[in-house]
Amino acid sequence: MGLIYALVAIGYNIVYNVTEIINFAQGEFVMLGGLFAVFFAGTLHLPILITFFAAVAVAGLFGFAMERFVIRNARSTSVMSLTIITLAVSIMLKGTAMLWWGKDPYSLSSFTAGGPILLGGAAIQRQALWVLGVSMLVVFCLTVFFRRSIYGKAMLACADNPSAARMTGIPVRQMVLFSFVMSAAIGAAAGVVITPISLMEYDRGALLGLKGFGAAVLGGLGQFHGALAAGAILGLSEAFCAGYLSSGYKDAVALIMLLLTLFFKPEGLFGSKEAAKLKKF
Amino acid sequence: MNRKDWGIFLGTVLLIGVFPWMVKPFKAVSHYIDVMVFAGIFSLISIGLSMLMGYGGQISLAQAAFFGIGAYSSGILTTHFGLNPWAVMPVGILLAAVVAWLLGIPALRLKGHYLAMATLGFGVIVHIVLNEEVKWTGGPSGMADIPGLAIAGRKLTSEIAYYYLVWTAVFLVLLFCFHVLHSRIGRGLRAIHEEETAAEAMGVPTARLKVQVFVLSAVFAALAGSLYTHYVNCLTPGSFNLMWSIRFMLMVMVGGMQSLWGALLGTVLMTFVGNEWLQVFADFEVLVYGAILLMVVLFLPKGLVSVIAQGFSSHKARPSLSDGSS
Repeated sequence: MGLIYALVAIGYNIVYNVTEIINFAQGEFVMLGGLFAVFFAGTLHLPILITFFAAVAVAGLFGFAMERFVIRNARSTSVMSLTIITLAVSIMLKGTAMLWWGKDPYSLSSFTAGGPILLGGAAIQRQALWVLGVSMLVVFCLTVFFRRSIYGKAMLACADNPSAARMTGIPVRQMVLFSFVMSAAIGAAAGVVITPISLMEYDRGALLGLKGFGAAVLGGLGQFHGALAAGAILGLSEAFCAGYLSSGYKDAVALIMLLLTLFFKPEGLFGSKEAAKLKKF
Repeated sequence: MNRKDWGIFLGTVLLIGVFPWMVKPFKAVSHYIDVMVFAGIFSLISIGLSMLMGYGGQISLAQAAFFGIGAYSSGILTTHFGLNPWAVMPVGILLAAVVAWLLGIPALRLKGHYLAMATLGFGVIVHIVLNEEVKWTGGPSGMADIPGLAIAGRKLTSEIAYYYLVWTAVFLVLLFCFHVLHSRIGRGLRAIHEEETAAEAMGVPTARLKVQVFVLSAVFAALAGSLYTHYVNCLTPGSFNLMWSIRFMLMVMVGGMQSLWGALLGTVLMTFVGNEWLQVFADFEVLVYGAILLMVVLFLPKGLVSVIAQGFSSHKARPSLSDGSS
């Protein structure tokens, strides 16, 4: 579960890196990914691999539409109004999902059939391994993308200084568009892999998004590895809280950790103090 | 307050003052008094939020939570301990202020929109606590039989009594806010909204001012919560969730966030929309609210007030020098 938060956190990081917008709709992309996967696999009976990519592509399309037709048309371009726009988009996505799928949670069969694997006395669901694999793959690809490829470097340049980036010939608008598509797709990927474990319903987005943001802050914003580790920490502490304290307060754990991080170590566990000072976040 | 604001203020007081007597004789609209009590309660919240958003340049998604803190403090202390409603009102307000202060200091010390996420998280925590602490809050089914308010030994029972009480509070809060905005603090806040770095360079204590205005908005929300509790006499956690925080934000945005009059106008309008005209949408109101919010931010970022102000200035055929309250 924690790795899902990590993926959501990475989605925040990408959009934030390029635009400084906190994308409130990030969690909704996870929900959309999960529900579209249910649609493709359950209703259209597509094989799981095609389902995965189709759901990710559809969510990416939503991310594209969100940037191209909404964010770009805003009259006031202050970060505050753009943030409010993402909030509005998020509740509209939620409302649409409710219209489309209703209020019931949906399940999806595991990617690979078979019982849990026993490993040193602990039973591990096969799907959990898929979650692990997909998250690792995403983090690896992103790291390579941002470190090695020209597009990745261009995106980072937009984050540092948009005007300077524009002057060196980087199409900033395209990069912003691309960042939304990418974060939507990553969110959706998280949604697809988690649905077999925890089901998916229309109103899961907000809480998932918030916990993902918790992971993003805890790991230090902009840090992909930090997000991964922080996501795992969050997931584990949630499980412990549910097991030993009270399952009702499970959802509060991540949020309390978010607030505590903001309070004591705003640069995150893995972010550097100097970098945090340079960033506007 | 300048002369124009005084004019609007007195006009509004008059309008609000005669409103019950205008609608009361007519059966079809007499329940509008009840709607207006809620509009007044929500106005307290949205005025505070307008100060924070329009002048502090920060988003808070915890206003419903502060509203809930005020409401449940009053509810719990009066029903479980049998204390006087007036005596416990400051408890909720103080609690909200302390919480806002603790939340605001770390979140506002940092630039950008940490506060939005911190308050979002805090709002969800409060909602979870209200649902889980069944012993005190009644959990998801809520609390009932909360006593009403009494003034000078006489219980307030009629809607009209609450109407005047609530709107008196609104006008006092408005006066206070106008006073604040025209003081050193208000000028500092406006400077922050325009350009934070420049304000800081001019020696405006940006972080401190933002925390102060955030605490102020929480205080007003908690006051509204207390009044709400004693008016409706029962509480459920559903009135204090994230959707309500978004609705409060919507009220501010619709009216125009850079004007306290805008907050008032937007609140009254959106309360009528929510309580009267949107009932047909039932479950799908989420979608409608999202659409309204999106449209307002996209096409009318300064809210309805800017349209009205434009209408006036084109009539007079001269541009008005001051828009709204600034």
